[in-house]
Amino acid sequence: MRRVYMDHSATTPVRPEVVEEMLNCLTEKFGNPSSLHYFGRQGRSALDEAREKVANAIGAKPEEIVFTSGGTEADNMAIHGVAMLNQNRGNHVITSAVEHHAVLNTVKALGKQGFTVTILPVDKFGMVSVEDLANAITDKTILISIMHANNEVGTVQPIKELAALARAKGILFHTDAVQSMGKIPVNVDELGVDLLTISGHKIYGPKGIGALYIRKGTRWRQSLFHGGAQERLRRAGTENVPGIAALGRACELAVQELAEEAVRLTGLRDKLIKEVMDKIPDVRLTGHPTKRLPNHVSFCFEFIEGESMLLSMDMKGIAASSGSACTSGSLEPSHVLLAMGIPHELAHGSIRLTLGRDNTEEDVDYFIENMMPIVERLRAMSPLNSENEFDFEDSCADCKVSSSCHL
Amino acid sequence: MYTEKVMDHFENPRNVGEIPDADGVGLVGNPTCGDIMKIYLKVDNDVITDIKFKTFGCGAAIATSSMVTEMAKGKTINEALRLSNQAVAEALDGLPPQKMHCSNLAADALHAAIENYRDKQK
Ligand SMILES: Cc1ncc(COP(=O)(O)O)c(C=O)c1O
Ligand SMILES: [Zn+2]
Repeated sequence: MRRVYMDHSATTPVRPEVVEEMLNCLTEKFGNPSSLHYFGRQGRSALDEAREKVANAIGAKPEEIVFTSGGTEADNMAIHGVAMLNQNRGNHVITSAVEHHAVLNTVKALGKQGFTVTILPVDKFGMVSVEDLANAITDKTILISIMHANNEVGTVQPIKELAALARAKGILFHTDAVQSMGKIPVNVDELGVDLLTISGHKIYGPKGIGALYIRKGTRWRQSLFHGGAQERLRRAGTENVPGIAALGRACELAVQELAEEAVRLTGLRDKLIKEVMDKIPDVRLTGHPTKRLPNHVSFCFEFIEGESMLLSMDMKGIAASSGSACTSGSLEPSHVLLAMGIPHELAHGSIRLTLGRDNTEEDVDYFIENMMPIVERLRAMSPLNSENEFDFEDSCADCKVSSSCHL
Repeated sequence: MYTEKVMDHFENPRNVGEIPDADGVGLVGNPTCGDIMKIYLKVDNDVITDIKFKTFGCGAAIATSSMVTEMAKGKTINEALRLSNQAVAEALDGLPPQKMHCSNLAADALHAAIENYRDKQK
């Protein structure tokens, strides 16, 4: 069967160049970087090289990079470390309603430990407003964490403007760049952030490796891991050298190919969006129509449910994902879609298609060709239709919360 | 994740549709929780002679709807009332634990349709 993988925001295959780098550190350069001998020095040099590559990819200095077990750990470490070290200065932390759970739940955990938490709303495109952030900042605010690009709807946040606000008030700013890395330019100085998270497996590297950028001089301290002195006391535990070397190479390649790949993916993305909107009735694009990741497409299909679409697509070899409750293992659909004012029943019909290096125009055609009958079949089975379903209006009735919504 | 039987009923659902002059109609679930089932009955002499369903929901929801219609067809309404959600799940060779919620609607929808039929008889 033909297989079309359109779930690159979930994870990506590891590129052969990256595998090669990794293998080398599993077999040849296997030494512990902390060891004095030849083998140790080899591990150390692989580590140093990778650190330089990651730093170069995001416009940082090598000593500002700390390797972690992935995006989740980097998010936890960033937020917790800033909060613990700065609690004498204030106890207020700000984040947004559309963050990945790695950020959202870490901030909420702080809320149970005496911190005050503000969760900023978003507009109907999933965008945080600069105005809302300005209004939320108090003299107790010590940290703001807002993601660069959203994993579910692809919306790219105005990080530069948001971070500038924070910097003007001396507040630390963290951004989760797990989804934006390799898709759009990620530069720590241009964004003006103090801390930034990346993850290996979203950029054709392996799972279980990531990095946290910590700007030199940032009031941050490792507060979660206790152990050895690795990563200059910032992350205990023998370094995952193969993973780190792989991350270095993956970052290097991602940046090299970014400009060209972004143009190609944007073309595929817009073709996919246009064809679906033209050929399938009662579909809504979720997320921002233009300020979105070049590889990211997300829809809500009315009157039908996400998991049943995914199952049907899988039978045709198409891999995608959904934010419906029945795929999340809870009774609630995606918190991101709900925060955007999308009603529950519509959120249950969400489908995310995230393109990557391996996708072609033919893949898009194959998707369209197969999706039309799937939607038709499931709709014929559904008791909902345009006459009896809750009327979703383009008004701000549901997303009344964001001040950027001036409709 | 799903058994072969579930996938079979999802791919080839039995008794999909509506019965325009149904003797009983049951509707359970709501759009908020993510699964809605509607079951239509034709009853003759206390026997369910025809049954159809329409479902908005996941694979488990569609498969259990299909299975419950298959199990209820030809049964008396008293027999059909004794059909439990558990029995429907078992007939499908089981469901993943996190899917029990979705499947819990199938027998409920059938019972709601029977209740509706009985109300109409009064
Ligand atoms: C925005 C975002 N942040 C963090 C993560 C978590 O990264 P990891 O899987 O490396 O822990 C993901 C991946 O799902 C993500 O999309
Ligand atoms: Zn379900």
